[in-house]
Amino acid sequence: MRRAPVVRPAARAAEFIAQDAIHEPAHDARLWDLRVRRDAAARGVHEWERLRDLASKIREHTLGRLDAYLEEFEHNAERKGIRVHWARDAGEHNRIVFDIFRARGVTEVVKSKSMLQEECGMTPFLEERGIRVTETDLGERIQQLDGQPPGHIVMPAIHKTRADIARLFAREIGSDAGNDDPRYLTESMRRSLRERFLAAGACMTGANFAVAGTGAFVVCTNEGNADLGASLPPLHVASIGIEKIVPRTEHLGVLVRLLSRSALGSPITRYTSHFAGPRRGGEMHVVLVDNGRSRLLGREEFRRSLKCIRCGACMNTCPVFRHSGGLAYGSIYSGPIGAILGPAMDERKFRELPFHSTLCGSCTQVCPVKVDISDQILAWRRVLSAGAQTPLLRRQAVRTAGRILGSPKILRAVTKAGRRLLAGAPRILAGSRLLSPWTQHRDLPPAPRRSFREWYLDERKGRGTKQP
Amino acid sequence: MVRSSREAILAWVRANLPPAEAPPPDAESPGGPPGLLVQRFESALEALGGRSWRVTSAGEAAAKIAEIHPAARIIASAAPEVPGTLRVERDVDPHGLAGVEVGVVRARFGVAETGAVWVTQEDLVVNALAFLPQHLVVLLDPAELVRDMHEAYLRARPGDTPYGCFLAGPSATGDIEGVIIHGAQGPRTLDVLLLAPGGRADDGRR
Repeated sequence: MRRAPVVRPAARAAEFIAQDAIHEPAHDARLWDLRVRRDAAARGVHEWERLRDLASKIREHTLGRLDAYLEEFEHNAERKGIRVHWARDAGEHNRIVFDIFRARGVTEVVKSKSMLQEECGMTPFLEERGIRVTETDLGERIQQLDGQPPGHIVMPAIHKTRADIARLFAREIGSDAGNDDPRYLTESMRRSLRERFLAAGACMTGANFAVAGTGAFVVCTNEGNADLGASLPPLHVASIGIEKIVPRTEHLGVLVRLLSRSALGSPITRYTSHFAGPRRGGEMHVVLVDNGRSRLLGREEFRRSLKCIRCGACMNTCPVFRHSGGLAYGSIYSGPIGAILGPAMDERKFRELPFHSTLCGSCTQVCPVKVDISDQILAWRRVLSAGAQTPLLRRQAVRTAGRILGSPKILRAVTKAGRRLLAGAPRILAGSRLLSPWTQHRDLPPAPRRSFREWYLDERKGRGTKQP
Repeated sequence: MVRSSREAILAWVRANLPPAEAPPPDAESPGGPPGLLVQRFESALEALGGRSWRVTSAGEAAAKIAEIHPAARIIASAAPEVPGTLRVERDVDPHGLAGVEVGVVRARFGVAETGAVWVTQEDLVVNALAFLPQHLVVLLDPAELVRDMHEAYLRARPGDTPYGCFLAGPSATGDIEGVIIHGAQGPRTLDVLLLAPGGRADDGRR
């Protein structure tokens, strides 16, 4: 198999920032607005921290008995008439789905958003085999029409402006190119998608949760697109990652109360739908997908990333994500959670993602299920640096930094020299696209005349206090 | 021997199982702020773009629907109190509801915390009734409100029906620049008529 090239998030982020003076500030502002809404929603629930703690315990407990809960889910789902399939990897998932459709002559599929189906590359696989697949979430449909992966796990097209979307829709669905009113654009897509919904031979969804105790699975949307799809054609196929299991129905209360508040600041998604069996005369299939999850379960340092419920709060709060845009990560999962899931899926291709972070720790603070995201980012840096995967320049830089920071004497000498150097040529380091594409749009602050230490010693002398 | 994928995945999971943590304690309902459940329900629903109306009889409900949707020609109802112009029957092809302007259904109960109502396949008769019509009207007994999602799940028992949904507000999207637009793919509006079955008056106190 051909090896995918290493993704360079800093260089891609630099392109996102450099395109104009509109996209990056707008992206930043919109996501920060979501973070503010999330904070307000969290403040409105006085037991918020207890809920987070409970959610974390529910997820950890489930991972510790995942085999038993998976079997229980399968048993209960099949008793209710759901056909359960198991897929080791993306390829097997795609073949199972294709075989279901081929056996029934299905050529038109409507689907709601599923990060897992993105992860499996399902849509191109099916389309190459003559099945037309239509995304029905507005943001996801925008991305599909533009030939791009989602830029955010909750708001796939949030990196685009209304003008971008007006141009895209004019080209793809014949709307008025001069009208970029979001209401008009949404209405245009509603009409276009209605035809697809009514013509579909099957519907596909993902799942937010799957309940072992009942065999039911839960799909959360605000648009109602998953429900509309599931209520029309007689065939429903859901792709579910094996980590989506929760033990009992009552655990949903905890997770549902956290999910939409963390994602968008609303107390619940407008549709929280529970599927536990086919409609009268219909068929329902579930594909349980591993695709690296069982391997991740065995990595003590990183298994807690499997607790993630895909709310996107870590992205909205992340200063690096907000300025980079989601596409910079070149990975289905972007932002802080992508920085730890990416290398778990492909250590070589995504080896740069954990370095695209300031380690400020805000992601860990907002995570509703208490994934220690920033600690895992740091742990990934350790793992990746130990391998031979780190670029020579960074290896040398870190080694040199270690030597300098390890000796007060050297540090003093270097900072003194550095101040002089920066005062003379401030843009050599910061402005170089080669050395640091991430900082090419920024200036270094002017170097102070003296270091803190020099200032401190002068002050002491001036006051005549004794050296300790 | 060729192992099935099922066996392979379960074997990998077993080989990599982390130490089992104790089962989490049951989440109890924290009780929530004081105040009438009806008022909390109404304000939560409004925050998500839905509206609520207090009516006292089936006749008043029908009049309210006519007032909200004066131009509607096809009103499909699965609610016993509201005849509509089209009764939703068990064997209707869901595609046949594509021209319906207003769908009407009676919910089992509502949730004060979130403004959501619980409807099942049994209530909808045809699930598409809640999604394909341009507008949705839900009848809800104001005495049938629970405080929060913990109580809601104890009551809903979603494993017992092939389909059940917490509906909270009309279909909505913020996918274009974060601007909230109602009527993304499902109903453009959601109106909840607070009406006890048989039209008894109720102030919503529990």
